[in-house]
Amino acid sequence: MEKATENAKNPAPLKLLGSWASSYTHRVQLALRLKGLEFEYKEEDLGSKSEELLRLNPVHKKVPVLVHGGRALPESVVILQYLDDAWPETRPLLPADAFDRALARFWCHFADDKLGPAVGAVFASTGEEQEAAVRQVHENLALLEAELRDGAFRGRRFFGGDEVGFLDVVLGCGSYWLAVFEEVTGVRLVDADAFPLFHAWLREFEALDEVRETIPAVDRLLEYARGVRHMLLGLAGGAGAGGDATEAPAATAAPPAAAPPAAATDIAVDI
Amino acid sequence: MAGEKRKGLQLLDFWVSPFGQRCRIALDEKALPYEYLEQDLGNKSELLIRSNPVHKKIPVLVHDGRPVCESLIIVQYIDEAFSSSSSLLPSDPYARAQARFWADYIDKKVYDCGTRLWKTKGEPQQQARKEMVEILKTLEGALGDKPYFGGDEFGFVDVAFVPFTAWFLTYERFGEISVEKECPKLAAWAKRCGERESVKKNLSPPEKVYEFIATLKKKFGIE
Repeated sequence: MEKATENAKNPAPLKLLGSWASSYTHRVQLALRLKGLEFEYKEEDLGSKSEELLRLNPVHKKVPVLVHGGRALPESVVILQYLDDAWPETRPLLPADAFDRALARFWCHFADDKLGPAVGAVFASTGEEQEAAVRQVHENLALLEAELRDGAFRGRRFFGGDEVGFLDVVLGCGSYWLAVFEEVTGVRLVDADAFPLFHAWLREFEALDEVRETIPAVDRLLEYARGVRHMLLGLAGGAGAGGDATEAPAATAAPPAAAPPAAATDIAVDI
Repeated sequence: MAGEKRKGLQLLDFWVSPFGQRCRIALDEKALPYEYLEQDLGNKSELLIRSNPVHKKIPVLVHDGRPVCESLIIVQYIDEAFSSSSSLLPSDPYARAQARFWADYIDKKVYDCGTRLWKTKGEPQQQARKEMVEILKTLEGALGDKPYFGGDEFGFVDVAFVPFTAWFLTYERFGEISVEKECPKLAAWAKRCGERESVKKNLSPPEKVYEFIATLKKKFGIE
């Protein structure tokens, strides 16, 4: 592929617009590190998005956005696949076989469409509503656990096999929030007895150098999560927004309490 | 019997599903023979539940006994597993990324907003109408003056969006949106796609879609 050799010989600069607490941003940072690609990073204030971000991602106005040779690539899952396409000589994130690729994409969509919002719902609620959300998370984790135990990913160290791949990056960059949310809400999400394989995978993932380099320190995440939870519960309760969070929620608070998961995604507290 | 792996391609589908139609169009574009298996969604078959245990939804493509789920994943699978015939995704990495971005946009926006157009009334319906016009205009912007979303060739994004053109009539009648008026380029693109064999064969006639939705509305008590 001409383009790929071009990239290897005359690398155009890579710039990533992101947010430090956004797991979608972490996915791209991790992928770039796994592939050994140098990049410039620009932190975006999601409460006051830069003109550059709005220009580069006019459709969704979100981070992350990867800029390569002046061209913008939004959406983490699109970016990850772009990295494989544009740098085929680096370690691939997606598997080679078409069926395995379909499986990786399926579970990645599951993570973003089902598991992530369910975890967000736990974080944004209390009482009975939260209990229902927790049950949903457990149902979702059970499906993944089953795949690890005797399904598509049986016997593997990582979802990608011996090495981390696409699905590990997507699931992993977000799963660190589980422990943080457990701490902040006092709710058990990943019981090592109920989900031993998922638990083991997460520990292996978090031990990797590139992952430790990418995921923010736990105390920063805890502080951030506490602030967001405080504010989300304040909004859901109908009391006026505290206004002390620097993130977008103050601006996106307009939708009524029916949308806690959406609010969670907007402020990039997601999985 | 349970251990036997059927050879070839089967598509578990539901006649009016735009998601299923994406797969049918892709299979025809790649000239791949397959067995179409209409599913009763009110009484899901053991085959469907076994093939898609996580979501229990159509479409599901079964290839030599192995299921692939989710329409855009199926279309990509078809493109990658049968790569000798003409490609639905472009070869240039950036063009591929753009194709995936717009297919993802269509997935995130069109069906959900379309559903709210016919399922709601009053203020929520007004909101849905506003959003749908915005979505269509955004897509028209992405199309530009090109014959197809991917350029000169019918491709991935066209496959992703074309089944929804059969729903324009329904949007018009229930949602009072004229695609012809709001997005003439998109309407022209729809007509152009409609001339392809794969599209002609697999899209539901717009009147049938409308009848189907009208029946659902009655069932849900939405008049």
